[in-house]
Parts: sequence; C-alpha cells; structure tokens
Amino acid sequence: MSAKEYRTASAARGGLLTVANVPNIAFGDRVHIRDKQDNTRNGQVIRSSNEEVLVQVFEGTAELDLESTWVRFLDEPIEIALSPEILGRVFSGLGEPRDYRPPIVSNLRRSISAAAFNPAARTYPKEFIQTGISTIDGLNSLVRGQKLPIFSASGLPHNRLAAQIVRQAKLPDDDSRFSVVFAAMGVSYADARFFQDEFASSGVLGNVVMFVNMADDPPVERLTLPRMALTAAEYLAFDLDRHVLVVMTDMTHYAEALREVATAKGDVPARKGYPGYLYSDLAEIYERSGRIKDRHGSITLVPVLSMPSDDITHPIPDLTGYITEGQIVLSRELHNQGIYPPVHISPSLSRLMKDGIGKDFTREDHPHVSNQLYALYARALETRNLASIIGADELSARDRRYLEFADAFERRFVQQGEDEDRSIEETLNLAWDLLSSFPPQALTRVNETEIAKYHRQSE
Amino acid sequence: MKQEDKKGTIQDINGPIVTIKLPGVQNGEQVRIGSLGLYGEVISLEGEEALAQIYESTEMVRPGEPAEGLGHPLSVELGPGLIGGIFDGVQRPLEEMFLKAGDQIPRGLSPLPLDREKLWHFSPTENLEPNMPIIGGARLGVVQETETVEHRIIVPPNIEGELIELAPEGDYNLEETIGQVRDRHGKVHHLKLYHRWPVRKPRPYQSRDNGVEPLITGQRILDTFFPLLKGSKCAVPGPFGAGKTVVQHQVARWANADIVIYVGCGERGNELVDVLDSFPKLKDPYTGRPLMDRTLLIANTSNMPVVAREASIYVGITIAEYYRDQGYDVVMLADSTSRWAEALREVSGRLGQMPVEEGYPAYLASRLAAFYERAGRVETMDCGKGSVTLIGAVSPPGGDFSEPVTSHTKEIIQTFWALSKELADARHYPAIDWVDSFSADVGTAAEWWHENIDRGWEKRRAQAMGMLARDAELSRIVNLVGPEALSSAQRWVLEGSALIKEGILQQSALDLVDTFSSPEKQFMLLNLILSVYDEGAALIELGVPVQELAEMPILARLRRCKELYDSSQIDQLKAFRDEALNDFKEIHSEYAQRGEQTA
Repeated sequence: MSAKEYRTASAARGGLLTVANVPNIAFGDRVHIRDKQDNTRNGQVIRSSNEEVLVQVFEGTAELDLESTWVRFLDEPIEIALSPEILGRVFSGLGEPRDYRPPIVSNLRRSISAAAFNPAARTYPKEFIQTGISTIDGLNSLVRGQKLPIFSASGLPHNRLAAQIVRQAKLPDDDSRFSVVFAAMGVSYADARFFQDEFASSGVLGNVVMFVNMADDPPVERLTLPRMALTAAEYLAFDLDRHVLVVMTDMTHYAEALREVATAKGDVPARKGYPGYLYSDLAEIYERSGRIKDRHGSITLVPVLSMPSDDITHPIPDLTGYITEGQIVLSRELHNQGIYPPVHISPSLSRLMKDGIGKDFTREDHPHVSNQLYALYARALETRNLASIIGADELSARDRRYLEFADAFERRFVQQGEDEDRSIEETLNLAWDLLSSFPPQALTRVNETEIAKYHRQSE
Repeated sequence: MKQEDKKGTIQDINGPIVTIKLPGVQNGEQVRIGSLGLYGEVISLEGEEALAQIYESTEMVRPGEPAEGLGHPLSVELGPGLIGGIFDGVQRPLEEMFLKAGDQIPRGLSPLPLDREKLWHFSPTENLEPNMPIIGGARLGVVQETETVEHRIIVPPNIEGELIELAPEGDYNLEETIGQVRDRHGKVHHLKLYHRWPVRKPRPYQSRDNGVEPLITGQRILDTFFPLLKGSKCAVPGPFGAGKTVVQHQVARWANADIVIYVGCGERGNELVDVLDSFPKLKDPYTGRPLMDRTLLIANTSNMPVVAREASIYVGITIAEYYRDQGYDVVMLADSTSRWAEALREVSGRLGQMPVEEGYPAYLASRLAAFYERAGRVETMDCGKGSVTLIGAVSPPGGDFSEPVTSHTKEIIQTFWALSKELADARHYPAIDWVDSFSADVGTAAEWWHENIDRGWEKRRAQAMGMLARDAELSRIVNLVGPEALSSAQRWVLEGSALIKEGILQQSALDLVDTFSSPEKQFMLLNLILSVYDEGAALIELGVPVQELAEMPILARLRRCKELYDSSQIDQLKAFRDEALNDFKEIHSEYAQRGEQTA
C-alpha cells in the first residue's frame, strides 16, 4: 500500500474528482480521499493518464475543497476478504462490516471484478430445485445454477416471494439447504428489516451472508455491492463446495445508480438515459451464476427487480430478460384480486426447465402438463376478454368451460399460502385436477398414455 | 518500418479504449499493451498517438507501461482443426484455455487457435505437377478433418504463380511446408496446411451466383412458409423469451448444410454449453454422424469484454468464407447481431463520436450492410460453387421492430423470421409470426419443391397463407362480437386455420419425432390438412353444421400426425389421409342422401 498522499486535486464535479500530475496510476485502482475534517472517503480510478487521473468518489464530492483534499492511491483493485466466517455476517457495498462486529481477517482477498468464466468450463445446469411454489415448480422450474429473476413492480409482494423461495428451496430428494448470499441495493429500512427477521425466524441466519446498501447510502456503492456479493458466492460455491442461492434486490436501484454515475462521467446515453453498456454491465453480474465442471458447488441467482411503471419493455427488465434464463413476472391484476403469489404465467418463462424436468428428474408427464396448462390458460384468457365484451351468457358451453378453468387455475393452482410448501408431486396432481375438467380429446399437448394414467375420467 | 521499431508506451486508459504513443503503427494493426500483454486493435491515429480498443479488461493497467505493434491486422488461422472446436471472439481456443488456465479466462494468454503438434493425413490433388501455373484458391489436396468434413487445402487467395513443389501423400503437421509457389516477382511462398486471413477483409471469389435451392431446416414454418435459399441472408428478430435461440439451435441442428458456424455473440454462457453438450450426441439427419463433426462455435458470452464481441462476428464470417472457398455450403448463425451493434455503440460512445439514433453511430447501417453482404452463393476462385448463408438473430429492445438495428437489418436481408411474444406466451412454438415474416425467395424455392417434392407446393402454400390471413381478419370480428356472428363457412376457416397452426406451424424442438420434418413429410402434412379443410368446406355447402365437423375424432388425430409419424413414414401418412377423407365421404353420402330425400 502506498503511503504517499497527493494534494493535487484540480476539479470536483458530481461524484468525480480529478487529480493532476500523478504518474503511473493503475486503471481501476482503489483510492482513499481524506477531506478537511479528516474523514476518509472511498474512490476508484476510472480514467488514468500521466497528466490527470479521474477518481469516482463513492460518497460524492460534496463539501470537498480542492485545497485541502488528500488523495492516496492504494495500488490494489477493490477486493473482498474471504473466509468461512463471512456466513452470518452483514457487510456494506465495500465489504465493510455493518453489524458492529470486527472486519473479516483473512489472507484470502479477491478482486471483485472477476474474469469471465470460460464457457468450456461450464456444465449445463439440470438439477431441479423444488421451491414448493406451484407456478415456479410446475410451470417455470428453477434448476441449480440458473439465473431466474423476479420481475415485479412497486407494491407487489416480491420480497415475500423471494423469502419463501429462500425458505423452501431444496432438491426434492435431498434435505441439504442452500447457503444464501443476500444482496440488497437501495432498499428501505423496512425491507432490510423484513429479510433480516425472515432469515432469523426461519433459522437460516447463520447460513446467510448479507450485503446491504440502504436507500440513503451512497448510490455508487450499489455498483460494487453485487460484485462483492457474487465474489463471496463464488468463494462459497467453488472453494467451499456449497450450493449457493443468491438473492439480489432491487436491480432497478442498481441500474439507476449506474445511470447516475454514467451521466456524471458524460457517457453517451442510449435508451431512457441509461448508458449503452447497461447490457454488458448487467451481464457481468448475471453471468457469474452457474455450474462449473468438476466443482461440487453451484450458484443459483434470483435477482428481483421492479419494473418502472409496470413496464416490461423498460430497459432494465428488457435487458435483464435478454441475459437471464427466463423470468418470473408478477401481476398487479392478480395481486389486486388477493392472489398470492401473483405470478402471471403467460410472460413468465424458465429456459433451463426443459432439461431439468421429466422422467428422470421430476415426473414423466411434467413437460406436457406444463405445456398444456399454458395453452389452456392462454385460450382461457382470450375467452375471458371476449366474455367481458359480449357477456359470459353469450358464450358457448365450450367457451364457458375455459372461463371456469381460468378461475380455478388462478384460485387453486396459482394461489397458495406463504407457508405452503407443495411437493412437485402435489403440484402435478393439482394440475391434473384442473385438466380433468376438460374431455381427453381437448388436451392435445399431453399424450395418450399420460391421459390414461392421470386424467380423472379415465380412472 | 521494421517490427522492432514499433515499441511505445501507454498514455491514457479509459476502460477498453487506450491511448498509446506508438509511432509508425497502422490503423487496424494488432497491438499488445501493458505488462500483461493484453491484445487490442488500433482504431484511430493522431500524430504519434494511436487509439486502441483492447479485447480484454484493462483493470490495473498503468500509463507508462509498454505497448507494441504486431505488424498485422486482426486475422484468423484457417486450416484443419477448426471444426468441432470452440473459440472466443478473437479465435482463442477455449477448450485449451480451460485445460491450461482453469475456470476463468485469464488476461494476456493467447494460445494458438490451431494445434501445431497434430498430424494430418494430406493427399495431394492428382494431376498437379511442379512448374504448373497455379492460382489463389486452387486446391492443393485434401485432409480428412472430421469423419464428415473433407478439408480442402487451398492456395491462399492472395498468392498465385508457379507451383515449384508439392508434398507427396503423407502425415504433416500444420507448420510443415506442403507446397511452394513462386510468384511473378520471383518470391517463393512456402505453403502450409493453414494460412492466415484478416477478418475485416472479405475473401475474394470469381463471381456472385444466384441462389438456386432452399436451405432445408426441417422446420415446417421455415421451409414451407418462409423459405431461405442457400447463400441468402436472413434475420430472426424477437423480444426475449420468444425463442430466437431455439430457432437458431434448430437450424444449426437440422439444416442440410455442409458446415455450420454458430457465433454466440454477447449471449448466455449456458446456451453455448447446451450446444457443446448436445451436438456431439445428436446425429446429422443427412450423414448420420455426430453434429459436432460439422459444427464450429465462436463464443463471446455477454460477460466477456465488449471489444472482442465486435470482432467475433467477423471471425465467424471469415471462417465461413474459407469453407465456402473449398466448395461447401456453409450456414453461419450469429446470435445476436444486436449485441454486436451495441459493441459498436459502446466503442463509438467512448470515442465521443456523434450518436444518431438511440446512441448508435451514423455508420451502423453501412457496417450492417457490409457484414450481411458477405453472405452469398459464389463461383469460387477455382471455379467451384460454394455458399455462405447468414442467419442473424436480432434482439430489439422492448420487442420494438422499429428500432435502428432491426430496421436497418430489414432493409438488407431477404428472409425475415419475425418472432412474436404473443405466440410464445401461448406456448405456440416456434413463435414465428406468419403475418410479420416474409421471404423474397418463394419463387425460386417453388422451383425446387416442384421438381423434387410435388408440383402442387406453391398453390398449397398460397392457400394456407390465404387461410391464415382470413383467420386473422375473422378473429378480429370474433373478438368484437363473438363467434355467433360468423357464417358456417367462416367458422370452418377458423377451424381449418387452427388445424394448420397446431398440425403444421407448431413444432416441438423437444419431441424426438416432431423436431425434424423432411420436405416430403412437410408437404404431406400440408396437403393432408388442406384436403381435410377442402372436404369440410364442401360439406358445409351441403348444410352440414360446423359443430359436427369440428367434433370429428379424426381431427384430434390429425393434429397429432406430426408427432405420430416420422419423416420415413410417408406411407402411413398416406394411409391416414385415406382414412380421414373416407370419414368425410361418409358424412357426405349421408347428407347427399338426405338432400335427395328432401328434394
């Protein structure tokens, strides 16, 4: 660590500090800035030449004066100290303890901006995770090593859903639980509290690492926080052989912080003021999940994001959807009808489902049942639209059956208790209860053997 | 200027854009910078300073560190050993990097793309003798690269002259000289099994040729409804979750091409792993060999450095052209060209260039056009025929097809497979929208279908398209006033269209039988369903209620024909057709009798 301090700050604008005449400073170097009151702020070099160095100051440049600002370049990238002791701890976006306990002491320190995984080193994720939630297990199955975000919006119960996933997630025939890395960016005290209490009451707290940045903490720290969290997750998964579930909330706050910083730097905006590199930046985070050859552990990532004005085409959900392996979309309409979890299945999707379900994984009828429910529900929603125009009385008997199916599907299949942990067997049987309200010939997505075996009329 | 003169120092680091002081360096030249030796490419010059875009992360690189020019532009190695491999955006072999360096891709490592140790069995071309004149692109001999692919060793296109020596049949590694050519300046070129070619320079050919036959992908909606010719270019736009990647994977699996190059450009790592895992196990329906024996992957996943992403599609297309020059039909899939365009945008933004639309630079349209124009069917330098078919996925933000990348692409391509979110949401896969999609090559494709499959193809296709268009129109009426407002004939159109959608258009990539349909089977199904529709329409004329027809049990089986009979069971399909038409005949005679009685 360099002891030399520079007092050559030449400009302070937004969260950026320019320091003149400091030679050979590394790009990405970590910086300490000491102000007049002798408080230390953190920073990082985002552009470097011999004439001037541009430093992004995490806590902002408010109340800095150029005369009495001392800048020290630490000659190291931003790192996190790692040891098994991190479990049960709470850290800030810079890896500093937030739980009034001493910092982690360890010889193992890793840069938080890890190099990309070699695609040749990955193995394809295909182990079904049972979350106990029918709309996920039955229709949008999660597998170990997948990245499956929850697309939500303000006022919807995404936190409760995320907490339920954390509580219930397991492999069907295996009782070992996940280690959890929880990354909260720009969250309110209420939300942070909710998760802390959740983890405490379900007894998993000792198995959770929390990284927390509150809504009133410096936004720039939201940029380092998910990288801290994922570096910790990689350590747990690939050094300590654990299966890690990473929950991140709220990615929208992350992207907004990125926009704030990009604007300050003068980057050319692309859509809605977000920088053109938002996609690459989000990908750097999301792509750190997965499974690696010859490693026992895995990283499963469930980011939560709120869609601004419920708009799924907004750049944040849009770009996320292009990177992640599917999405679970929550619906305000279902929520307003009192349905929990309000998962809107039509736009929801799990891309890795196909290889993690079926005969050797869940049950042989699972892929077809899922497809059939999707097709029927799509048709049923069309019918419901029609009914709202011409009135339900005008519908044919066939169409009325679809209408009844839509209601039953939402009330019985989608809706479930917050403590209700349905096995995949229960979920599929419930699906057949609903499918059996149709005659076998109306079910074109399931095959004849499955109908003979599971259709109630065939019994 | 000599190589050793091109040493300089780093001046300024701004993310992937680095200013270096390096007198004499050329625009486009490869550079290595810093103590790690990161690779990059010069993109502009000003006085003694050059701006370089770096393919790897520049974290912890400092001003004052060394930089050197390598004296050549970004090039690829072309020779045996490419097929079956997986390379990154600048052709580094990823399997080897994994073995050498572990799970993550380290910086500054650059193993050679092709294995230098491996011996290849070379058989020289007969009748080729010393002292004969020889041109670039001429075939020196062959090497069996995989069981499927015979690699034709050709003279680099930029060399011609007199053949001085040609190696006899035998085993050679890549560095051994297998031939010598003296050019007209008297310079002797030592030819090896491989040569290098700059990726941004299209490889030359004799002349362009028209496409003559469709690429058969085994996907009904593509082959039957929106055909793509070999040597043509095509875009697959779609919002996320609409199934772009599955469509691309299906084409990579089942297309009747000699070589398939799959460029994962800024996409998910796991999708490439899926290809790597499944292709060696899947069999090519035409040769019966593992699919990996004709496939090559270029992987720049979304988390890899963005500059290498920009390079990756040029690396892919150059390799495609190389196999084209050997006389092969090559399909290159680029997933996704939007990520490539975004890489352009990111670099141009860092350079402070004036953005035009949504932050994209003004040269977006011309770069896209120049890239797509590298597709085509050509007469090669040695008078053979070869083709590169280019299929580019486009990922429009918010699924909005009016955004710059989609709209500029649409101007260039001939076939457009538009994916729809609504269809995907209803799990109608492949979610290719028959209203928005188009193919400019139906006429040429029809000639092929008529000659090889059935003369009724174009008519039947047009009939089905017409029904689908009427269906869209009638569905709007139904949504406003309910189905009761339609006449019986109109409701039968809806039923018939539903049969087309479920029995032909929907095709499961996961079902072992349905995943691939031969052209014969495709036409059988089309003809079958339309025959049933025609028979039904005739019955409706006679006054048979639609309801009675719609509930005929044979229709449920008709919908399943696609998965009940595989491509070899054409006879069974014919038998089924006879059975179905018979059912209709029975109703027909019943009603005809009734008609006579009442008369």
